[in-house]
Amino acid sequence: MDIKQLAQTLHPLERKVLPLVEKHPSLEELVKQTGLSEVEVMRALQWLQNKGVLEIKEKRSEAVLLDTNGKQYLEEGLPEKRFLKAVDKSTLTIDEILKKTGLAKDELNSCLGILKGKAAIDLKKDGKLRISITDNGKKLLKKESFEEQFLKKDFPADISALKDEERFALENLRKRKGLVKTETIKEKSASLTELGRKLAGQDIGSDAEDSLTSGMLKTGSWKGKNFRRYDISINVPRISGGKRHFVKDAIDYVRKIWLELGFEEMTGPLVQTSFWTFDALFTAQDHPARDLQDTFFIKNPAKGKLPDKKIVDAVRKTHEDGWTTGSKGWQYSWDPEDARLNAARTHTTMLSALALAKLKPEDLPKKYFSVGRCFRNETLDYCHLFEFNQVEGIVVDENINFRNLLGYLKQFFSKLGYPKARFRPAYFPYTEPSVEIDVFHPVHKEWMELGGAGIFRPEVVKPLLGRDIPVAAWGPGFGRSIMEYYGITDIRDLYRNDLRQIRDMKIWMR
Amino acid sequence: MPTVTFNKDVFEKLVGKKLPLNQLKDRISMLGTDLEGIEGNEITVEIFPDRPDMLSEQGFARAFSSFIGVNTGLAGFDVKKSGTHVKVEKTLKIWPHVVTAIVKGLKFDDEKVREMIQLQEKLGVTLCRDRKKGGIGIYPLDKVSPPVIFTTEKPEKIRFRPLEFPRELTGRQILSQHPTGRKYADIMADQDEFPIFVDSKGIIMSMPPIINSHDVGKITSDTRDVFIEATGPHLNTLLVALNIIVTSMADMGGKIFSLDIIRGKEKMTTPDLSPSTMKLSLEYANNRLGLELKQNEIKKLLEKMGYSYSKGEVLVPAYRADVIHPCDLVEDLAIAYGYENFKEEIPSVSTIGSEEPFTVFRRKVSGILVGLGLIELNTYHLTDRESQCSRMQADMDMVELSNALTAEYSSLRTWMIPSILKVMADNKHNEYPQKIFDIGTIFKKSIGTETGIEENERLAVGITSENADFTGIKQILDYLIRMLDLEYEIQPVEHPSFIPGRVGRVTVNKKKVAYIGEISPQVLSAWDLQMPVSCFELNLTDLFNAV
Repeated sequence: MDIKQLAQTLHPLERKVLPLVEKHPSLEELVKQTGLSEVEVMRALQWLQNKGVLEIKEKRSEAVLLDTNGKQYLEEGLPEKRFLKAVDKSTLTIDEILKKTGLAKDELNSCLGILKGKAAIDLKKDGKLRISITDNGKKLLKKESFEEQFLKKDFPADISALKDEERFALENLRKRKGLVKTETIKEKSASLTELGRKLAGQDIGSDAEDSLTSGMLKTGSWKGKNFRRYDISINVPRISGGKRHFVKDAIDYVRKIWLELGFEEMTGPLVQTSFWTFDALFTAQDHPARDLQDTFFIKNPAKGKLPDKKIVDAVRKTHEDGWTTGSKGWQYSWDPEDARLNAARTHTTMLSALALAKLKPEDLPKKYFSVGRCFRNETLDYCHLFEFNQVEGIVVDENINFRNLLGYLKQFFSKLGYPKARFRPAYFPYTEPSVEIDVFHPVHKEWMELGGAGIFRPEVVKPLLGRDIPVAAWGPGFGRSIMEYYGITDIRDLYRNDLRQIRDMKIWMR
Repeated sequence: MPTVTFNKDVFEKLVGKKLPLNQLKDRISMLGTDLEGIEGNEITVEIFPDRPDMLSEQGFARAFSSFIGVNTGLAGFDVKKSGTHVKVEKTLKIWPHVVTAIVKGLKFDDEKVREMIQLQEKLGVTLCRDRKKGGIGIYPLDKVSPPVIFTTEKPEKIRFRPLEFPRELTGRQILSQHPTGRKYADIMADQDEFPIFVDSKGIIMSMPPIINSHDVGKITSDTRDVFIEATGPHLNTLLVALNIIVTSMADMGGKIFSLDIIRGKEKMTTPDLSPSTMKLSLEYANNRLGLELKQNEIKKLLEKMGYSYSKGEVLVPAYRADVIHPCDLVEDLAIAYGYENFKEEIPSVSTIGSEEPFTVFRRKVSGILVGLGLIELNTYHLTDRESQCSRMQADMDMVELSNALTAEYSSLRTWMIPSILKVMADNKHNEYPQKIFDIGTIFKKSIGTETGIEENERLAVGITSENADFTGIKQILDYLIRMLDLEYEIQPVEHPSFIPGRVGRVTVNKKKVAYIGEISPQVLSAWDLQMPVSCFELNLTDLFNAV
């Protein structure tokens, strides 16, 4: 940019400040000379610096200031002076001096020390201590000490600019409590660069218009006018808008994957009886998952109702001896009261059980999915939450098989950003074969466990559906993939609702 | 799930083959155990609860050796008659069953004693469900004089020195003073008599399933022959537990002997290690897996998993607890085939995807609010009474958890505005104005549902700034309802959480759907908020039904 163009970019504030910089480099002076506020001058200087016109310099210096006592003594006089004044005309006892001067006891004691040291007073013991002034004292009273002179200075005072006697006085004052303090003073000033000196030499009084107005457009007065050039590289204040929560954004994407694959959504209550959460899924009543330390049970209402007797009977018999499923069952006596216990759902697989129970043979084939909140009895910490989201899916079809199950899973995780997946044997009470999915972390170069799946056991399917046909099912969590994507390391951030974090979080771009 | 640690050298010796480390790691994972890690000479694995037989180093090595093709097929175990018996005199109704075995010629050392105790403990925790389904005891045979009697006795008459305890205790004292006694006290606490094992000399051997006698029920590195018992309410569990222990000991070099268990006129002989038979149809297996395996392939694969197979019949080893349906055999087929060898395939099941209409509605509502510059939240359903009621100057009937870990999250929320205020209280350091909303579930007691709880989806919107007021919040409500092509009315109402005269009830199609207003200063100071807040809470379920 040549110097003329540069001159045209100048903002009115810059125009005001620039010509004064050479003569009045300090910020303080520039504020005085321009009549602008300090913020305005600073902005102008900042802009000019961005354009390479000047350099802002900051000088740090040690300065001395009066502290509370110092300010008080400046008005009332130093205690030792007030002491001398009190005894100037007559000999007094300590109590009388205290009364006359209004000094505090510790102030008076330090005066005694100082004045005795300077031989300014005489002490006589006559029952009580009596104090009188000496000739030396009288001289001192008349003369203004270095310390007193120092207190009258303009503060803050630059320490490096002090004269010798001032330094001496400062040393003495520092020994006393609360008289002076030192501070680091930052003084800003600007100095023109070579470019700046050239520019300042130019005629920068510009005829450029600062902004285009509707009036100009109406009257056509814009014709022939120049508009001030902007420095378009300049930073602008940040704004932020309305926003979906980043977790919900990710959830919507997960839902979209299943919709695209032709799945139908299922939803259901967050609190369910243990019948649906466990029994219908062939989870034995003494299974550890039903323990208090894993599941949140409800205090009141503690129990709910069991569904249709036909289903309950089929489930009971299946648990007890396998019913007609071809299984041996768990070989115990099933208790309907355990099945009535209400619990916050620990997985969304019970939605699949509910869906199976509602299906009629003519509805097949069916594919269902859900994404929903689940609960687990955990203490909150950086990697554990008591609420989390689970993705659920089932495919109910005569011809569905294990390879198909793996196919869906592979597709899902690939769409979630993990094209490389591996499958390992696993155990879940309600699937057989069961499979655990690991995905390969593209950055950390290691396998990451993301969730479980399998083919529902006949002991699950037949009591609910009336016959045993293969049902491929999966229920991985995806909190870890969400954290991954957003670069979150503390899982609690998913529910922290820090507005700044939500405002600044990047958008889910899948 | 239980984690067990094995000695790698011993393991490799038992397996009969040494694999390179990475191959070893891979094969362990692909057998169906979660490998925690291999460090130095220690292999740590998590055993899935369906395979208690792999909790012992011998059982694990047996399965592994077969899986990698070294020693495949059904493992045979010799059982000889011991010539002695166990007499069952009296049993408790809650603790009726007993099974026993003798194993001789063991060469224990400290390491093996530790292993046996680990196995016994892990079986007690997993297969026996923390001893609720049964307990296991092992005794040095030379300290016991057979025949052994299983009976019951009044707790005060039971006196012996429990394992690792300095002195004798009575039955009751064991439950209150011995650490193991205290841990399992619940199982026997209500009983008038406790089960005991007594030998022919009248010496009390143990008080199952709680603790053995220190004098006659402690195995050491000098022990060569052992007597093993398992007692409890669930016979199948006991049989499997016993089989797992004796087969592990046999793999250690011991010889198994059976005993007759005589109860009046009934007689049962344990252990019985003869395999059970299960039918497996070729078609069923292939359909489930999506493979086209032939008879001989199935045979080979099943043998890799420790079974034997002949013409549709599978012999299942007596230590397998989990094979209760042919689908369990199908899984083992899949494992033997190798999960990594399956070709994934998305089938052509033609169905049409569809969302729940309410989900669409909810997303539209979020979209409208985001368009107004509001930020969506993601809040918990769990909260506490203080946030929901006392801070809100309100009193409501809440759905509470029976086993919450912390008071802070002990109830399910009954309304949403407290969730909004909590977020505002957590964000006082952040930039104002704050305009936020969340959609979530609320819980109320109700007799009309299966659980006795009614769940509703609610929307809560809150704005807070120096000049957040009724107008500002009503504008948002007004815009939202207009965009949904609905009409609403607001009637003045009293609500303890809002400033009197600045709170209204919103109706749509005569249905009460929302409260709207300015939050009262009492409520704000209870939340330690220093900015005015106005908000509304809208029943989305009802509004949806009105659309």
